[in-house]
Amino acid sequence: MQSERQKKTITSIILLVLGFVFLNALVAMRIIDEYTTQVLTIGAINVVVALGLNLISGFTGQLALGHAGFMAVGAYTTAALVMKLGVPIFPAIFGGGLISALFGLLIGLPTLRLRGDYLAIVTLGFGEIIRVIMINLTEITGGPAGLKGIPPFTTNFYWRPVVSFAIAYLFLVLVITLISNLLKSSPGRAIVSIREDEIAANAMGINVFYYKMFAFTLSAFIAGLGGGLYAPFFGYLSPNMFNFQKSVEFLIIVVLGGMGNLTGTVLAGFGLTYLQEFLRFLQDYRLVIYPLILIVLMLFQPSGLMGLFGNREFSLAGLAEQVNQLLFRKDPAEKAGEK
Amino acid sequence: MTTLLQAENLSIQFGGLMAVSSFNMELKEGELVGLIGPNGAGKTTTFNMLTGIHKPTSGRIIVRSRNGGPRNIEKLQPYQITSLGVARTFQNIRLFKDLTVLDNVRIANHFNAQYKSIHALLRLPVFYQEEKRIYEYNMELLKLFKLEHKSDELAKNLPYGEQRKLEIVRALATKPHTLLLDEPAAGMNPQETKELMELIKSIKEQFNLTILLIEHDMNLVMGICERIIVLDYGRVIAQGKPAEVTRDPMVIKAYLGKEMENDA
Repeated sequence: MQSERQKKTITSIILLVLGFVFLNALVAMRIIDEYTTQVLTIGAINVVVALGLNLISGFTGQLALGHAGFMAVGAYTTAALVMKLGVPIFPAIFGGGLISALFGLLIGLPTLRLRGDYLAIVTLGFGEIIRVIMINLTEITGGPAGLKGIPPFTTNFYWRPVVSFAIAYLFLVLVITLISNLLKSSPGRAIVSIREDEIAANAMGINVFYYKMFAFTLSAFIAGLGGGLYAPFFGYLSPNMFNFQKSVEFLIIVVLGGMGNLTGTVLAGFGLTYLQEFLRFLQDYRLVIYPLILIVLMLFQPSGLMGLFGNREFSLAGLAEQVNQLLFRKDPAEKAGEK
Repeated sequence: MTTLLQAENLSIQFGGLMAVSSFNMELKEGELVGLIGPNGAGKTTTFNMLTGIHKPTSGRIIVRSRNGGPRNIEKLQPYQITSLGVARTFQNIRLFKDLTVLDNVRIANHFNAQYKSIHALLRLPVFYQEEKRIYEYNMELLKLFKLEHKSDELAKNLPYGEQRKLEIVRALATKPHTLLLDEPAAGMNPQETKELMELIKSIKEQFNLTILLIEHDMNLVMGICERIIVLDYGRVIAQGKPAEVTRDPMVIKAYLGKEMENDA
């Protein structure tokens, strides 16, 4: 049993690395053109933030409307750490995540004690406050004109898209692993039980406030990581990149994919990012289109994309198991004989 | 026999309404006590106070904790009271509807689980050991209630009677010494109620439980309770052995109305 599990883990890792090498090779050889690579990288970053949002809104059941704000905190912190303090890029991205988590903690402490939609209202306010602060904190953020000259992941012009893509991919895998490992464990079940019935969860021995805080802080951390990736990728930050519309975009990704479904968020995240680039000419109508999407979804498919598939998750371990069986050619009869 | 759960002068007021006043009760180890009374008498409110969902306006609640010492619990949160060994079920079923039967039960193991989030994130060996232990223990519990073959079904897809049973399994998984059952037989047919009675008796023996139960089904109450407390308008109007209580004029009045009506 033990070795079976280890075998599965090893195969999973090999599959991930193969996928990574394959995609990167396509990017490096320019089979995936530079434009598409950019879109894919933005998609990966969006998915990271949306996964963070899904953790608190989809799995814990607490609606949050200010994830662009956490992303902004992560992005500006990372930029400041790199530009002012000369911190290397990777620790700086994690630094962005940590400061964002700190904000999450401070917002959560008073609001998550209450039941209901208080978190939505407070995070909505937070997103706007952060944006206004960023506009006025000119020494660090460059004010409304924006912050220019953030060092990119690499100075080599030819390899830049490849490296950016690879790093975004790595972080995406890291975040998915983090969340899915958490959810398939006792603390993860505690988190989901809060969504299902707060009073019953409490009566079954779950410290509801603690786990709401835990999920929200982690969610803010992940959104901060997304922001941290954003800064060196674009090399330019402006407070208006993180407005309310951006927060709503993440919410749409989560709802479209299915609240409380990771696979759905990944698919919807990449899909919506691509669609946005494709429909750039409709940009001015976004605030008309987004609410329409939400209304139509709520009316006809409230459980989202993955709701169509019984809310199942794509399972890397399941895939690994099939690959293992294929590779080692063990048919059930042989297996039974071994035992 | 030691006292496991004790309520002293427990009162709660919602605005101008005194929902329960001066409720006194002593639950001794191994007892099976029934709490009855007409609709709106304050039975569930009393349960909610005993389990921390409502905070009493005045009075004290004392629980014997797992290590034996008495503890005041009227200021504690529900999850803390559960960890001291008092578990409950709900009158209006409160299962985690969109989760599987097994997950419903596993959630109740949470505060007993011997690993932290970090062990789960890194998938350390202690995580796998604990998960295995929890899984096996919970499947055993489900087996007792003949629910083991439904462990992968969503709780909301279970028939009503099984949902009620699942609530009891979930409460048992917290390893309580005292179990509070809020109308466990509500909505069950006589056959199911009879089975449930047997089941309650058998888990009481097997897990060494002390049980306090609210019930409207008089057959069930008279059949298994050793002692009955009768509430009416938030006050205890009678208590004692089932046979004594049913003869009490106050109780008859509360349930059937005033005798004057008979004369008319």
